[in-house]
Amino acid sequence: MAKPALSSTGLFGTRPKTRLRLAIALVLALLSVGPLIYMVILSFQSNNDIQGDTVLLPTHPTTSNYVVAWTENSFGHYFANSFLVAVATVVITVSLSSLAAFAFARYKFPGRELIFYSFLASLAIPPVLLIIPQFLLMDRLHLVDSLVGLVFLYVSANLPFMIFFLRGFFAAIPREYEEAFRLDGASTLRVIVRLIAPLSLPALALVSMFTFSMAWDEFPLALTMLNTPSHFTLPIGLSDFIGAHTTFWGPFFAGSVIATVPVVIVFVVTQRWSRRGISLGGLR
Amino acid sequence: MTTTTTLERRPAVVSLGAASRRSGRSQRARRKATPYLLLLPAFALYAIFTAYPVFRQFEISFFNWHIFPGASNPFVGWSNYTKIFDDPIVRTAVWNSFLWIVVTVPLQIAIGLFAAGTLADRLPASALWRAAIYIPVVTSPVVVAWVFSYLFASQGGIANSVLAVFTGHREAIDWTAQTWTGNMVMWLLTTWKGVGWSFIIFVAALDGVPRELLEAARIDGASEPRVWRSVVIPSLRAAITFVTVLLVIGAAQTFSQVYLVTSGGPYNSTQTLMSYMRQLAFINFSFGYAAALASLVALVLFGFSWAEIYVLRQQEL
Repeated sequence: MAKPALSSTGLFGTRPKTRLRLAIALVLALLSVGPLIYMVILSFQSNNDIQGDTVLLPTHPTTSNYVVAWTENSFGHYFANSFLVAVATVVITVSLSSLAAFAFARYKFPGRELIFYSFLASLAIPPVLLIIPQFLLMDRLHLVDSLVGLVFLYVSANLPFMIFFLRGFFAAIPREYEEAFRLDGASTLRVIVRLIAPLSLPALALVSMFTFSMAWDEFPLALTMLNTPSHFTLPIGLSDFIGAHTTFWGPFFAGSVIATVPVVIVFVVTQRWSRRGISLGGLR
Repeated sequence: MTTTTTLERRPAVVSLGAASRRSGRSQRARRKATPYLLLLPAFALYAIFTAYPVFRQFEISFFNWHIFPGASNPFVGWSNYTKIFDDPIVRTAVWNSFLWIVVTVPLQIAIGLFAAGTLADRLPASALWRAAIYIPVVTSPVVVAWVFSYLFASQGGIANSVLAVFTGHREAIDWTAQTWTGNMVMWLLTTWKGVGWSFIIFVAALDGVPRELLEAARIDGASEPRVWRSVVIPSLRAAITFVTVLLVIGAAQTFSQVYLVTSGGPYNSTQTLMSYMRQLAFINFSFGYAAALASLVALVLFGFSWAEIYVLRQQEL
């Protein structure tokens, strides 16, 4: 057993208490994932089982819920819409917030503080709060019921925090690398793409993960802006589905699994980067 | 490592300085414009889709606004605002939003801190535990709302079965159809979904606690609870402030859970500020009144965020 370090930050201090901590970790993990595991189990149950008394394991496991969800209830279509919206939001947010964060991290210019704090202040505005004026704006721009309009709203909702986050990360990169690069005549854009971005991959991965899950899961804005079923994203498709026929829990849970798997994959892939990313970023 | 590289590179910096001094005026002008050009796309999107709507909403709040084409929108002054103070449902919504903050924010911070403290030191399979605790954060609010509705369903819900096993209480409770039990289900799912977020930030913050202070305190013979109280918690102050502020803002925007789990019922008794605001606008079509309510909430949150920036700035020094 490793010798307990004097510099331990753990709740149990210098005593390792590995077994107790493992037990706590297991309980916390089960409480976190339990409802989702239950959801997966339910998605393989027949409707009769779901409707009846509580059962923990399906008596007649079936994949028919998935078939029904994917084909009859257009989850395939919603999936494609959500995927397009999320990927577009990630690409635009990552590019624009990198450029802006680089400006804040590297340049002193008139208005710098004012612009930075105006971005920061908007962290206080939850997206739901602006639903009325944003709806009227979208109406005027003919972007109501449009996935493009949704991408604009998602990007602008994500930008401030991502700029704030990346700024701290970029500022920690030694200037000397950049200046050596510039001696070779590289433009600012080239410096960002070829030098800053590769050095910031953990942070950019985190930004992509946060942005992807926001765009993939977002509900109130999509609910307000979209009204044609063929434009629905997954969350709207799901909520509409349960509203339309509350008794079909089986296909609904299958749809929920379909809606959950991609974000979990994106999260697990970026997880290995995430600890370094956060500790080097603006959050400390 | 990085420091040595920095020192070795010094000469290059000097020669760059000389080179740029030689460059012409147009290049200097271009350098001056660079940060603005870099900011332009982000700022333009932000200005159009976030900043402008804030002011637009304030403007709308002074009108009896109709969205139907051709309808007139009479100016009504402050009357939308005075109406807010006479509206009993607003009072319920303020109370519910307040409860939401008071119940879910301390719970998320306490559990997140406890989990981070447990996982801070080396532990087998720690990546797995971290992932498991964080996963609820990335799940869709719609999925979560309906999964919890099902867990607490009056027919076949697991909550009633558990209750029957442990208390012998056989009567099925319709959790989401009553005010208090409905609120409890929503607080529970909010806490469940939110803990991972504060957890991950506290994990990162624990990494930044100064090692020397911890070692010094322990060599001086401080007890473990004392080390946490006097060294760890004070070093986490910035992180705790940050998490608190964002959780409060998050709790004030509660919408999806209410819309999906209780629809604000029974009789609007579980409405929160944002669920009531959206209902006023998109179900009752009282856009002006809803905009006034939203503007008032925005103002309070702005004051709150200003305090946040102020506090964080003090701590950065």
